[in-house]
Amino acid sequence: MVHYLDNAATTAVRPAAVEAMLPLYTEVYGNPSGAHRMARLANQVLDDARETLAEVLGAAPGQIVFTAGGTEADNLAIRGALDAHGGAAVCSAVEHHAVLDTVEHYGGRIVSVRPDGRIDLDALAAALDPALGPPVTIVSVMLANNETGIIQPLAEVVDVVRRSAPQALIHTDAVQALCWLDVAQAAADADLISISAHKFGGPKGVGALVVRDRARLAPLFIGGGQERDRRGGTQNVAGIAGMAVAAAETVAERPSAVPRVAALRDRLADGIRAAIDGVFESGVAAGPGPVDRSIKTANICHVCFEGIESEALLFLLEKQDIMASAASSCASGAMDPSHVLAAMGFPRELAFGSLRLSLGYGTTDVDVDAALRAVPAAVTRLRERS
Amino acid sequence: MAGPLGNVLVAMSGGVDSSVTAALLAEAGYDVVGVTLKLWGGESDSGCCSVSDVDDARWVAHRIGIDHHVFNFGDDFDRYVVEPYVAAHSAGETPNPCVECNRHIKFDKLFRRADALGFDAIATGHHARVVTDGDAVRRIARGADGDKDQSYVLHMLGQAQLARLLLPVGHLTKGEVRAKAADLGLPTADKPDSQDVCFIHSQGGRQAFLGDRIPLATARLVDTDGRDVGAVDSVELVTIGQRRGLDLGGDTGRRYVIDIDRPARVVTVGRRDDLLVSWQRIDGLAWSHQPVDGPLAFQCSAHGTPRPGRLDGGAIIWDRPQPRVATGQSIAVYVGDRVVGGGVAGAAPNGFDPGTSGGGAGPAESPVRAPEPGSR
Repeated sequence: MVHYLDNAATTAVRPAAVEAMLPLYTEVYGNPSGAHRMARLANQVLDDARETLAEVLGAAPGQIVFTAGGTEADNLAIRGALDAHGGAAVCSAVEHHAVLDTVEHYGGRIVSVRPDGRIDLDALAAALDPALGPPVTIVSVMLANNETGIIQPLAEVVDVVRRSAPQALIHTDAVQALCWLDVAQAAADADLISISAHKFGGPKGVGALVVRDRARLAPLFIGGGQERDRRGGTQNVAGIAGMAVAAAETVAERPSAVPRVAALRDRLADGIRAAIDGVFESGVAAGPGPVDRSIKTANICHVCFEGIESEALLFLLEKQDIMASAASSCASGAMDPSHVLAAMGFPRELAFGSLRLSLGYGTTDVDVDAALRAVPAAVTRLRERS
Repeated sequence: MAGPLGNVLVAMSGGVDSSVTAALLAEAGYDVVGVTLKLWGGESDSGCCSVSDVDDARWVAHRIGIDHHVFNFGDDFDRYVVEPYVAAHSAGETPNPCVECNRHIKFDKLFRRADALGFDAIATGHHARVVTDGDAVRRIARGADGDKDQSYVLHMLGQAQLARLLLPVGHLTKGEVRAKAADLGLPTADKPDSQDVCFIHSQGGRQAFLGDRIPLATARLVDTDGRDVGAVDSVELVTIGQRRGLDLGGDTGRRYVIDIDRPARVVTVGRRDDLLVSWQRIDGLAWSHQPVDGPLAFQCSAHGTPRPGRLDGGAIIWDRPQPRVATGQSIAVYVGDRVVGGGVAGAAPNGFDPGTSGGGAGPAESPVRAPEPGSR
């Protein structure tokens, strides 16, 4: 039996999403931009999905722009804002590469985080200083981190930005958040919100960007004027329908899923920490008593092990049918030390020994038991033999 | 789950030799897992570590039906290969990074990793053979393809490593390897051989690579009478015995670098005879098994002709005078086609009288210590 503990990388597609998608490939396959009945039916599917996602994300239907995933949504937000308005982009040092590398590409400013992984609000205010150069056009701070699960204080970020750079748009990458946080509430004051379907039981290759009315973006793709001229190209109708179904189901289940998965995650993380020494968990304070994981999403058990390398650990875990991740990788498939851990001040050696076990709505006690058997044993073996 | 013959970790560079290595072992019934080592993150186009090389290896692994992983050994590669390479050039030596990569990365770090992960053996695509002699001693022997033989760069392997090393393409010529790859439909069948040092971009070469890391100094070129005959851009890149790449103006005779005085930035060129010495120190000599007495052959570069000599103390006494070996070069020790050990070229006597040019016999070029007769 495979124990899939890599739900922050991607998730199984929910059966209801598959069911919603299939007829859109074989029966209602019209081009939503067309004029005939089958085209109109397809367009109706988009309208329905837009309404569903608008409700899930606390936006108006017209503010939903469908994209080919989270990376495109992030790029559209940042490049679209810079292309339309010029100026500078700002983001935190722990952003996903889709944001971080884009901001760096445009020579933007990177804001440091505190040792607990949350953005340094003083450093953010400093980065918004008009004296630094061109005015800040867009500030991008994620809702929850993909490696550590650490939740950013977005409300405070919004306060700082509105005060120091009122002209700036605020973008939040909520790709990791939808399963575990009320995005509509948490990102209520953000101008731009990215999501990605495959992180919450939808298909890969589809996502959305919320674009509030005050945010004017230049399109990345110019073409047939789809998505109100904000994203050219025929929409992925079936994928969008699957995304909407998955989002609705995710949000409906959230009140029960969060405490259930948090309990599993706590048992997993506590169990690993109890079984072996030299374990450092991200985003929690050291000290006696129960571990406080309140600044982390419910699904992430993220630890660094002293004296081992993740690549070797993951190899041994895979042999035990445990699918996990070190949370950081480069295009070649090699594991580079995580920029997130570096930004949090983890020593490089320790960052090489990181492990992310990310739970999902399908995770059970059986999976946690398997991981609790395998992880301490593998770490111990590696410490003894390499 | 081990196959009947055991499980093997194959180091796959994305090139044709290691592709065929993996295929041959899988065919033979080993339980094979491929791994590509990510060693270098910088700019390079000469044969390793690019995303496309990793993709090639992954593609081959998929084609032959084996698992494939990527290990990032970049930090160790920097520490044990790149930094010492730069430091050696800075010190005026001629390092051999491939040998150091084999010593520290492929046959140490990777071996330890393979052991921790439960592999019985590792395999590489080197053109050399692992043979067992009558006395149950394992040795590296020259590959079947004389032109492609890579036994020289494996001279540091000891019994513990040799007992768990498979080199299946060592029995094949390069042509046979390519034919096998084509037979199997492997996408790497026609991939060109890797060239030169893997972490150095062919465009800028060593000059650009080292120039980014250490200050490079120009030097005068003088003849054995101390007369100026030209100049070199960077004395750190000049090697004893070097002939190519010297700007000697109208001088058309064959000239070799016979002496380098780095502090004075003077490079002396002379005739080949000026390089000849009767002995050369060999440092860090390590044997693949026991020390070997008697007549030996010493190979002093990747494709050099073995030179006859014998060991006396820490020095090689040449049977007849031989050109000096640049300090820092690897020297592999052979008996017949067997590698029995290896080390690094140390000091040698100066083959010529430096005269009064001010260049010549600085301390670095003097024998640090005369060979000690009889000691071992």
